[in-house]
Order: sequence, then C-alpha cells, then structure tokens
Amino acid sequence: MHTDTRRTNWWATAFVAVCALTVLIPIYLGVVVALKTPDQLAGSGFELPTQIRWENFAEAWERANFPRALTNTAFITVGALALTLVTNSMVSWAIARNLHRRFFKGVYFYLLAALFVPFPIIMLPLVKETALLGLDNQVGLIVLYTVFGLSLNVFVYTAYIRSIPVELEEAARVDGASTWRVFWQVIFPLLAPMNATVGILTCVWAWNDFILPLVVLSDPAARTIPLEQYVFQGQFNTDYTVAFASYLMAMAPLLLVYVFAQRWVISGVVRGSVK
Amino acid sequence: MTTTTARVPAVPVVAPPRRGAGARFRRPFYWMVLPAVVLFALFHTLPVLVGVFFSLTNYAGYGAWDFVGVRNYVNLFRDDRVLGSYGFSFGFAIVATILTNVISLAIALALNARIVARNTFRGIFFMPYVLAILVVGYVFQYLFSNSLPKLLPAVPVIGENILSSPDWAWVAIVVLAVWQASAFAIIIYLAGLQTIPPELYEAASLDGASAWHQFTRITFPLISAFFTINMVLSLKGFLQVFDHVVALTGGGPGTSTESITLLIYRGGFTGGEFAYQTANAVIFVVVITVVSLLQLRFLQRREADF
Repeated sequence: MHTDTRRTNWWATAFVAVCALTVLIPIYLGVVVALKTPDQLAGSGFELPTQIRWENFAEAWERANFPRALTNTAFITVGALALTLVTNSMVSWAIARNLHRRFFKGVYFYLLAALFVPFPIIMLPLVKETALLGLDNQVGLIVLYTVFGLSLNVFVYTAYIRSIPVELEEAARVDGASTWRVFWQVIFPLLAPMNATVGILTCVWAWNDFILPLVVLSDPAARTIPLEQYVFQGQFNTDYTVAFASYLMAMAPLLLVYVFAQRWVISGVVRGSVK
Repeated sequence: MTTTTARVPAVPVVAPPRRGAGARFRRPFYWMVLPAVVLFALFHTLPVLVGVFFSLTNYAGYGAWDFVGVRNYVNLFRDDRVLGSYGFSFGFAIVATILTNVISLAIALALNARIVARNTFRGIFFMPYVLAILVVGYVFQYLFSNSLPKLLPAVPVIGENILSSPDWAWVAIVVLAVWQASAFAIIIYLAGLQTIPPELYEAASLDGASAWHQFTRITFPLISAFFTINMVLSLKGFLQVFDHVVALTGGGPGTSTESITLLIYRGGFTGGEFAYQTANAVIFVVVITVVSLLQLRFLQRREADF
C-alpha cells in the first residue's frame, strides 16, 4: 500500500469532525428521547436523561406490534434476498454469456431501459394487479423486490461475469456437467463478491422500503416495520418517548449489522457502483 | 427503486460467437432468462401500459369508466394543485441536488486529505445509508417542531417551528434529504478521488499550483464522470421524493410541500382520481426522462471540455 507522506491536515480534520457531528446529532436525539420519562421532555430533548425509563421499549414493542412487524420484515427481506441472489445472478450469467445473440442482447437492454422508468407510473396499476393475483401480501413483496431489482442487478452482475474467463465453464462442460450444474457449482461461487454487493443493496432496500409495502399490502397483519411506524405515528403522535423507543428499535437491526460489518458494507456498495 | 446508485451504463463488449457451443448446452440459457422476462413484463411493463391506457379514461379506481380522450392531460395543466406539486418537487430537487453534491464533494475531499481517524469518520458518514428515511424523518420532525424552537426561540421561522411555515417547510425537507443522501454520494466521490494518482498532485505543487488550482485543473476533471452520474441520479431520485415528505409535513401546511409522487398516491388511491393521476404519472415519466437526458448531455459536454 502507498504510505501517506503528507502532514496531518488539521483543518480538514476539524471540518470532517464538525460534519460528522451533524450526522450524529439526530441519532443522539433518537437515543436520548427514547430513554426518558415523558416529563423530562420539557426542554429541547437534547438533555441527557436524568432517569431512564426502559418501559418505553416494552410499551413500544407492544403498541407498534413489533413481534409481528419484525417477523414480516425479516421474512420479506430474507425471502427477497435469497430469491434475488439465486435468480438474478442466473439471469445475468445467461445474458452475459450470450450477448452476441439478439434475444439476450434485447433482454439486456429491455431490463436496463426500465431503470429510467420512475415508480409513480407503475404504482397505481400495480396495486390493482397484485390485488387481482392475490399477491397483496408478504410473498407478493418478495416477488416484486426480486423482479424490480433485476434491472440494476443484471447490470452489476454482467459487468462482473465478463471478467470471469469462459475457459472455466468450458472445462466443466467438457467434463460433462449440464448448464445448470455449471452455474451452480462453478459460476455461483465465483460470483461471491458481487453476491455480497447485491445482497447488501437488496437487504437495505427491502428492510427500509416504505412506499411498496404501503401501497401493496392490504392486510394490517402483514405490515412491515416502517409501515408500522407510520401507523403508530398517526395514532400516538404525542407519546414521544414511546414513539422514539419504537423508532430506535426499527433502526437498530440494520444499524447493528452496519456497526459490526462497516468496512465490508462500504466496500460492497462501492464495488457495485464504481466500475 | 429508491436507492440511488452511481453507475455509468455502458454497452458491453460483445463476445464473439464461440465455435461448437452445443445446442444442448445452450438451450437452458433460454430457460434461465425466459421466466424472468415474463415476470418483469407482468409486473413492470404491463402496469406501465395499463397506466397509459387508463390515463385516457375517467376511471375513478372502482366502478364503470369511459374513454375521455386527452381530457385528463388537458386538465392537468389547468390544475393548481398539480402545478403546485411540480413547483415544490422541482424547487426541492434542484436545491437538494446541488447541496448534496457540493457538501458531499467537500467532505470527500477532506476525507481524502491526511486526517486523523479517517476510517471512523468514513463509517459515520455512511451510517445514514442503512437507516429508513421515514423513521429518521420522524426524529427530524421532532427536532424541527420541538427541539429547535426551544433551542433557538429568537431565530425567525426556526424559532416557531419551520414545519408549520408554508413558505419555509420545504427547507426542512431539504435538510433531511441532504443528510441522508450525502452518505452515498460521499462514498462514491471518495472512491473517485482515490483513483487519482498522488504523483499528479506532487508534480502540481512542485510547479507552484495553489490548492484551488489543483482542484479545478486536476481533481475535478478527473472525477467529473462521478460528478455527472451523482448529479443525474440525485435529481431523478429527489424529483420522486415521498418518504421525506410523509415523515416531516405530510404535504402541508396546506399543500405547500405536496410532492408529485405524494399527489399521485393520494389522488389515485383515496381521491377517486385513478385515471387522472395516472395521466399525471405519464407526464411525470416524460418530464423525468427529458430532464435526465438534458442533464446528462449538458454535464457530459462539460466533461469533454477538459
């Protein structure tokens, strides 16, 4: 690695520190308000709690239906993740290895063109369609995340697959492996770095998404965590301490994963974005 | 998709047809792609076509409907609420795009300098990326409506809850949007900056180039591709703003911060304006496409000038 011989730039350090503080302020506010009793909210909210009220979390857990919402969100995220990784990588491999054929090239540009179509045009008719097909539920969302993710993911995967030498597959083929087996045993493992990238993007998207669950889900029992925060906010909007405990629990899972796997997450996202 | 990702679409190099690629081996490729294409057409392309179809009717979202030709489109241009939503969305998106990119670039430059605890700072800056905008938005709502009025009671507008001001509430939405979107933009710019060989700066400082000169003559030209794509994707994403508005103002006060997406959602689902708002969405697609292409063309021409 290139060793940095420059002197420490204290102006830049100070600037970065001030900006980083700006990022942390709302998160700090989220934590301290969630820990307070309602009567400690007379001030600006920034004061440290004088007495911690853990019951906020227990109450929010009940009132914002966390057991149910967590199950739904986890099911949707894991489902979308698994289905996306397996299918999108397979589609991408088939496209990447056949781009000289008109059909596959057409499919490639068809999927890519959809990147430019904004969601609002799809929204209203899509809701009619999912309701008609009985997909206005968690399974429907898994399908939608997998299908809508195709455009971007095919783009990410094909760029990477083209850097994998074709000879590897040909060797396996000569040994008599079928196309499916070549994909599963040779290609899929080789795609690990891109699987990580696509996996991170899919997880963050499916876990935090608000608009798709909002319009697609019809049964209150199917609500995801962000959707439950939206409903909760509308019902108990003055109960700030409990509401904040709820927000904190909503943000905690991904935040914890991020704190512990920070470098891996950042490098994954960068790998998918910079070619 | 709400995730903005910086990526330059490029035509892949076409591999030459290989000799002896057996049909038995090739056929499964079609089976791998076909179901995906069918599902994509079913859930993405079909809704677009159905939308265009219904935009020519008076369908309310339920019950009977008739063809009305282009009446919906004509009415859109006379509808103050629609025009208002375009005004808000564009004003918001332009300001948020500029601020996000200026701030992110500045932070990325500072992170790229020799600073203390660089990786820790980088980790902090990327944190908002993994948080749901809606949920963070509720924390910001408390910040704007409760904390700031108590901390800065003497400051006009902010001292009396910026979110209840029809003229200034959009600024609060910009703050949330920039706070969240900078996470991704900083990382992309930083990745771009790290592709510049340090020798270039060494040579430039030997020639006596000032820091500003080094930025305008070396740094910026070399990362202009990142700049272009960040600008295009930021603007496109911000024009479709939804979660931010729902969390902070719900479109209010009145309809002063109602975005196009929020209007389509409300009118289409609860306002009995299915066909009308679909027509609005069709116009919106055209607007977004034209804006993105113009922007791409303009920025890429600038890139070529260097």
